[in-house]
Amino acid sequence: MTLSPLGDNAVVLELGQEPTEAVFAQVQALAAALAHHPPPGVIDVVPAFVSVTVFYDLAHIGSYEQLCAELRTRAGRAASRPPFELGRLVEIPVCYAGKFAPDLAEVATHAGIAAAEVVALHAGAEYRVQAIGFVPGFPYLHGLAPRLHTPRRPSPRTQVPAGAVGIGGAQTGVYPFATPGGWNLIGRTPLALFRPEEEPAALLRMGDRVKFRAISPEDFAAWK
Amino acid sequence: MEMTVIRAGALTTVQDAGRPGQRAAGVPSGGAADQLALRVANLLVGNSEDAAALECTLTGPELVFSTDTLIAIGGAAFVGLPVWQTVRVRAGERFALGACRGGCRSYVAVAGGIDVAPVLGGRGTYPPAKLGGLAGRALRDGDILPLVRVTRSGSLEHWHIDPRLLPAYTASPVLRVVRGAHAAEFGTGWLEAEFSVTSRFDRMGVRLAGPPQRRNATRELLSSAVGPGTVQVPPDGQPIILLADAQTIGGYPRLAHVIGVDQPLAAQLQTGGTVRFREVTLAEAHRLWLARERDIGILREGLAQKFR
Repeated sequence: MTLSPLGDNAVVLELGQEPTEAVFAQVQALAAALAHHPPPGVIDVVPAFVSVTVFYDLAHIGSYEQLCAELRTRAGRAASRPPFELGRLVEIPVCYAGKFAPDLAEVATHAGIAAAEVVALHAGAEYRVQAIGFVPGFPYLHGLAPRLHTPRRPSPRTQVPAGAVGIGGAQTGVYPFATPGGWNLIGRTPLALFRPEEEPAALLRMGDRVKFRAISPEDFAAWK
Repeated sequence: MEMTVIRAGALTTVQDAGRPGQRAAGVPSGGAADQLALRVANLLVGNSEDAAALECTLTGPELVFSTDTLIAIGGAAFVGLPVWQTVRVRAGERFALGACRGGCRSYVAVAGGIDVAPVLGGRGTYPPAKLGGLAGRALRDGDILPLVRVTRSGSLEHWHIDPRLLPAYTASPVLRVVRGAHAAEFGTGWLEAEFSVTSRFDRMGVRLAGPPQRRNATRELLSSAVGPGTVQVPPDGQPIILLADAQTIGGYPRLAHVIGVDQPLAAQLQTGGTVRFREVTLAEAHRLWLARERDIGILREGLAQKFR
């Protein structure tokens, strides 16, 4: 584990080099522990892939050295914890058809398989949320079938619709709202991934497991 | 009690101290890009420092108030209007703010503060997710903003703020930074270089142009947290200084971080300006921050005597 400053108001705890299951378990355990019982002066905790970053208010941490010592203790405790609970399993309905899937054919061509197989592979896997970011509520999902790994589009779209399900390299994700984006769009969900009126506002949390379920355009239209 | 926006100006939003505790959901800290200007302007009208105020960009709005009130302008000055001072405005008087000079963002604090509902712990506007402010968007001509009822009154005649407290805005600042995690992969050329401010700046960040900064490493980076002040370097070698609406995680190498006390200077950068960087230690950055907070504390106490 390494601990290094991110500017003068945050500390990054890097728990490994590669996002292996073991490292990821520690990231999740440490982030959960810090969020439930934040040390004095800690105002934000950001887990992502192999790191947990802690933002602090200098006026309330005692000293920087004290905060770092406390974080080391917490990280040690998190590392020795028994295997973590696997996160919640969240099912996301996706329509993989027609106008909802503008890049499905390209992804299929790149993979050398039929579009229906792309859908079967994408909806057949279980994914893990390794980070939330890019925009509020956007999940970076790990677990995409290697066959479906597809480079990002050479030039990003200026507008990707809310709910678009995309593939970028080895990852898949869901755009919570309309934004520019460079991933290949293979479907769309009627679910809202970011709901500002709720707490937490993001549907998914780091560590959650995700499964996609294929739905028809009619199901999509009827979704309330 | 309300404020009518007769003309909205170039880009005017409601902003406050930001949204703590939401980064894990991907929500930026947000709030005023220049937090010092917001805090001081609020104190000057008897508000708490984190009250919601207007953030104006390059060209200010034209406003009219339904009641006699106090306002204060912080940040970049508007041509012909006092800055860092309390101004009495009369009900019905039209108040045109014109162009900013010496920076690109001005803050208009109104006694009581702007009464919009907090969303996820902040009143600041974050248009990408339609959060906060007025309907999550920049203000438009004709918008009406409710104001919080004022319970304290004060007079600041013959009173002036200690100029040592005010940021030294300049079009060509030397921004003090602490090293970023990947600074060693860039050599030291960036500490001697001068960068110009491009036309690509917004509340997310400011893109600079100058001698390309190349990494002498090829290791792919996994995304991790970034924040306001982070200086990241995309593959084209041109640094970006992140501001209040910075995304919560990023995968570009992190060259440096503008220290807290100099972030207001970064928030005032505009096209045509230049930037240099000077490295300080983390301990020095912390010392400067605590000194700044002490100064604001003195201002807060002093003004508390004036508003009762």
